[in-house]
Amino acid sequence: MTSISEDSDKEKVRSVSVDLNNDASLVIDIPDALCERDKVKFTVHTKTTLSSFQKPEFSVPRQHEEFIWLHDTIVETEEYAGLIIPPAPPKPDFEGPREKMHKLGEGESSMTKEEYAKMKQELEAEYLAVFKKTVQVHEVFLQRLSSHPIFRKDRNFQIFLEYDQDLSVRRKNAKEMFGGFFKNMVKSADEVLISGVKEVDEFFEQEKTFLLDYSSKIKDASAKAEKMTRSHKNVADDYNHISGALNSTAADNNTAFKKTISVCVLQKLEDRVASDQELKLTELLRYYTRDIQAAKDLLYRRARALADNENSNKALDKARLKGKDIAQAEENQKQCLQKFDKLSESGKKELTSFKARRVVAFRKNLIEMTELEIKHAKNSVSLLQGSIEILNSN
Amino acid sequence: SNDAENTAAHHRNTLQFNTYSHRKQLFSVCVTLSEATEEVSLDSPERQPILSDGPSPVITPVTPVMISSRADVFDRSPDQDEDEEENRDTFDIQISVSDPEKVGDGMNAYMVYKVLTKTSLSIFSRDEVCVKRRFSDFLGLHSKLASKYMHMGYIVPPAPEKSIVGMTKVKVGKEDLSSVEFVEKRRSALERYLLRTVKHPALLKDPDVLQFLESSELPRAVSTQALSGAGILRMVNKAADAVNKMTIKMNESDAWFEEKQQQFENLDVQLRKLHASVESLVCHRKELSVNTASFAKSAAMLGNSEDHTALSRALSQLAEVEEKIDQLHQDQACADFYLISELLGDYVRLITAVKGVFDQRMKTWAKCQDAQVMLQRKREAEAKLQHANKPDKLQQAKDEIREWEGKVQQGERDFEQISKNIRREVGRFEKDRVKDFRVVIIKYLESLVHTQQQMIKYWEAFLPEAKAIA
Repeated sequence: MTSISEDSDKEKVRSVSVDLNNDASLVIDIPDALCERDKVKFTVHTKTTLSSFQKPEFSVPRQHEEFIWLHDTIVETEEYAGLIIPPAPPKPDFEGPREKMHKLGEGESSMTKEEYAKMKQELEAEYLAVFKKTVQVHEVFLQRLSSHPIFRKDRNFQIFLEYDQDLSVRRKNAKEMFGGFFKNMVKSADEVLISGVKEVDEFFEQEKTFLLDYSSKIKDASAKAEKMTRSHKNVADDYNHISGALNSTAADNNTAFKKTISVCVLQKLEDRVASDQELKLTELLRYYTRDIQAAKDLLYRRARALADNENSNKALDKARLKGKDIAQAEENQKQCLQKFDKLSESGKKELTSFKARRVVAFRKNLIEMTELEIKHAKNSVSLLQGSIEILNSN
Repeated sequence: SNDAENTAAHHRNTLQFNTYSHRKQLFSVCVTLSEATEEVSLDSPERQPILSDGPSPVITPVTPVMISSRADVFDRSPDQDEDEEENRDTFDIQISVSDPEKVGDGMNAYMVYKVLTKTSLSIFSRDEVCVKRRFSDFLGLHSKLASKYMHMGYIVPPAPEKSIVGMTKVKVGKEDLSSVEFVEKRRSALERYLLRTVKHPALLKDPDVLQFLESSELPRAVSTQALSGAGILRMVNKAADAVNKMTIKMNESDAWFEEKQQQFENLDVQLRKLHASVESLVCHRKELSVNTASFAKSAAMLGNSEDHTALSRALSQLAEVEEKIDQLHQDQACADFYLISELLGDYVRLITAVKGVFDQRMKTWAKCQDAQVMLQRKREAEAKLQHANKPDKLQQAKDEIREWEGKVQQGERDFEQISKNIRREVGRFEKDRVKDFRVVIIKYLESLVHTQQQMIKYWEAFLPEAKAIA
């Protein structure tokens, strides 16, 4: 079992998303989490001044599935069709560290004691990193909801935050799973719909073009960034092995070798840190890939509403022609139009604030990443130069 | 101090390699460094050999005859050698191997290298000599030196390895990157080989070495072919040696030798492990470079797609920074390889040579023992003949005793000498190793510093762009 407590490190916000309104009336965070085998138990902590809650401050334990339940219920809420639904947090993925642990167990006999201890340390650090990342991503999801004027009032959201018993989220039965699958099929049909539908609104036309293109580009960039980060990690691992190997040759009593070891260790640290910076970039891109998808989903819904609207118009014309069921058709047409207008209006607002949010988030994260790269490179240089001096003076 | 400067200059000049000028040609492909194997591989079918090339390169058994013909080298006074050690700090010889040129074509083609020697030492006839040599010439030189000096306990630097795969690609005329890399790797290895060879005070004065460096025509070293008569004999001897090693049980009276042998065994294992790790590092760094370049392109496309102007510009700038960083990774991989990996490979092979001289000492001891056994037998035979009435045979027996007494004495002298030589050689080897590694590590650290400083430059240039996003 691993536990993690976040302290005011939060201020440095490892979060890649930003809130544009600093509203303190509903503040949510995940101060700690427990990991038991496969299951992660997050402690969701809420502080609020809103009267709709029973207490001003409270905490509940929640598992990943419950987050997904919350996300799904929000997606399925018709009222929210005109809003960008914050993307669901991805499932905690400990596959990487678990594989490494397996390898470590297998290779134990062929390693020296120090190497083993070192690798174990590495493994624990990686485990911790994955852990932190998953906590962060679940936290951001909740914070997106709490900072949104409409979502924060959602009844299910409040239940999620407050209800201190197990939510007993049922596992989806076959029908529901099939339903979900069907929904996805409809969604891809929507993609055709979205490009096929004639757009009258200039704003949405532009957004459509932009989002479709940007979505594939950011997905690609995110994948490439991940590959780059992984390579960086491999290099760091190699330095780890090298310093281990040098360690054994230093039994030669040669100070030069000893210095080299310390250098290798720090080079490894640097590489690790550099890759942590890259991770920031990777996380940023990953998050926004998901967010862009959420924005696209909004466009789909609107396109569907537009299609419905057009269909209802056609039906009304037909009814008028035939002379029957006119009232019903009129009612239908009115509703479709209303729905479509509502979607368009809120959609425009959402997409505009989304862009602003995205730009600010990119700016913040790119600046942070750059500053960290510079800091660590400078550290590296001074440490390396120190070592060179020592070696030269010997 | 001046001496330190000279030494430093000496190392800088002689252990020089142009990593930066070669970077553009190299390393866009992750080359697996599996060519560094110790197998005897076939060289290409050579053209018709014209003449035999002098002393056979095959392992020569130590016979009294052989010893006396090399008396001058063998009997060199140890003080002489000590003086060489002192003078090495003002050692003034620079050798470069360059300008690989392909001669001929198809499977009969070979590469010719320019060997340029610049020196003020008097044993050379001119202070600047340039000759053309091919790979088998180097192998031939090593063969001769090994046969002359190894059995005396001198550590003869091993020659670079043959490689069928590498050479075939070059012959077949593929101008691709992997054959360019192969030629560069070989050129650099040949250069290091010559420098190590002339660093050895005895080898520097060897006539074969001088001939190699100076004479414009060199008789072809044909017996370096694997399947030549000499090649086969070599393999047979190698096998015989292995068997002998198992059967010789030496009574080690000198703990120093036992310790040292163990040390070298350990060092061998450690260096091989280290070498493997560094090879992995080189490979991964090349991968990193490829992935960084790929990300740079992707970031550029993302920047193009981005509709917010300032963010779009920043993303494009990010792409440019990553491209530059990719280049840095490539250069660093180069340094990783040429500085560290190849050095380690050289030392793994050198240690094999060191272990070889220890084996030679064992063989010498065995010979000495055999001579003693023989002497004993002869004495016993003579004792028997004392009571038989065969004056001729008795005389013969007495002569034989004298002969074998001489051999025993010679054997003991040989053993003493080789032990002394090895002690000196090992001392020299260890000093050189420390120096070599220190110089290379400093160079490597400097390359890392350079990389990091460039990174700082690039990121500092990018920062205002990121801040400009509004």
